[in-house]
Amino acid sequence: MRTWLVPAILWAMTTAAAAETLTISLSHHRVRITSTYTGAELVVFGVIERDASSAARAGDYDIVVTARGPRGNTVVREKQRLGPIWINREQVKFFDLPSTMAVLSTAPLTNIADPDVLRRFRIGLLPAGGDKLDGTSAPGRAEEFAASLVRLKTQSGLYAENERGVAFLTENVFRATVPVPAAAPIGIYDVQVSLFHGGVRLTETSTNFEVTKAGVEQLLALEARENGFLYGLAAAAMALAFGWLATVVFRRD
Amino acid sequence: MEFYLPIAELPVNVGLILAMSAAVGFISGMFGVGGGFLMTPLLIFLGIPPAVAVATVAPQISAASTTGALAYWRRRALDLRLGTVLLFGGVVGTLLGVLFFNAMRRVGQLELVITLSYVVLLTTIGSLMLIESLRSLLRKRREATPRMRRRPRPAWFGLPFRMRFPRSGLYMSAIPPVLVAAAIGFVGAVLGIGGGFMVVPALIYLFRIPTAVVVGTSLFQILFTAVAATLFHAVTNHSVDMILALLLILGGVFGAQFGARAARNVKGEQFRLLLALIVLAVAARFVTEIGVRPADPFSLGLTEFRS
Repeated sequence: MRTWLVPAILWAMTTAAAAETLTISLSHHRVRITSTYTGAELVVFGVIERDASSAARAGDYDIVVTARGPRGNTVVREKQRLGPIWINREQVKFFDLPSTMAVLSTAPLTNIADPDVLRRFRIGLLPAGGDKLDGTSAPGRAEEFAASLVRLKTQSGLYAENERGVAFLTENVFRATVPVPAAAPIGIYDVQVSLFHGGVRLTETSTNFEVTKAGVEQLLALEARENGFLYGLAAAAMALAFGWLATVVFRRD
Repeated sequence: MEFYLPIAELPVNVGLILAMSAAVGFISGMFGVGGGFLMTPLLIFLGIPPAVAVATVAPQISAASTTGALAYWRRRALDLRLGTVLLFGGVVGTLLGVLFFNAMRRVGQLELVITLSYVVLLTTIGSLMLIESLRSLLRKRREATPRMRRRPRPAWFGLPFRMRFPRSGLYMSAIPPVLVAAAIGFVGAVLGIGGGFMVVPALIYLFRIPTAVVVGTSLFQILFTAVAATLFHAVTNHSVDMILALLLILGGVFGAQFGARAARNVKGEQFRLLLALIVLAVAARFVTEIGVRPADPFSLGLTEFRS
């Protein structure tokens, strides 16, 4: 008799969550890597719209903006002592990991929701438990490697966290500045915006932008990959030309 | 001024790279070495991915050795025939070296291979040079002119495929020089060095090549080996960064000119002593890399994208 109750409650929950709709806009959808590129910034604007029929909520909204770069497999290695030298021994491979990540929020993540909730919605820098990893060479130390991964990525500027990175302009209009690191790989970047209230995730929406090489950078990268031989010939020809030129310019006789 | 490198995929400071390559060029012009053994490690220490550093130094070495080889060619101080024999071996060795390089990169031990090889190579060569230069400094002090004892002809001269090398005044088998050049080409391709500091002693001590033509001949063979390395790297691992190569060449060319000028004011023995110390200093830097407990035992590998 009560089996209908579960879907009913779920329905009620989702409609409750859907009392808000989130509309976002990115300042631009393409980051062009040119020769003067040293990193970039995009601005995310968002508006929270409330269903007129639902009652006002007490307290403030929280926003978490997560930008993720193209996914790939990344290995974390640990050096260990082997006789007199230190060499890479243990390693853990993380599959399908965002190459870059920026987590921006209105408050520290731990204040916004429980760790369980954050993990369920895959919010935060730590690779979620669901991410496949190959820990065969370091059994039982996956968490330590995951923490090292985040630390190293943060040190190299690929991962960033800013718990004051999202600012409300009015009660329901917010903006955030998404950093694109200097060493960002090219590809599609996802921007996920999640709306929280009182520890509950109400709704979420996402958009994306693309990082591409442009101009000379694009030409050279493309030629290097597609026409390796011609590219190599060009590099060698350039070297020989400059080498010869030097003997002409600096000739001492 | 920052400039984004298309293949290394990171921005670098142009002034820093130019200054660095000029400094290395100065040293190489001063000592008549290619400078690859300094350039590659410096690039790696700067954060350029090792694969890109090693592959990109190859065109820089070609440029530097072109300048040098042309200068010796004009003075006729170059054994073209011997150089051609050497470069056959060198090109084969380079190809094998690049293949080995790519294999190690896949296994994830490239860094270790590079570091260990640098330690072994630089320590050995550096110590030999140090001993040799100290000895000749002492000898000079004693005012005793060293007498070259006529050593017997090495047995390996008599192997098959004997060739005449009129410029060097030699008649010997082509097999040993090809093998030696192949070994040096292999090491050069893996480490991103031309190998001049190995070729020159090998030619002098193993093959009795007259010192007058040694440097020119070595530069000639390095020139072609480095061109081959550029091509092999470009075709197999796409890691040659043209922009970085251009910066290295520009800085290197200028540095080398001033180095060559400065060299005229320093004496030969002090010179080699200085070079030995530089080589040992680089070796020491690598030793601390693997011999000292790392500040952070963890490191990130390259991200492999599905494409």
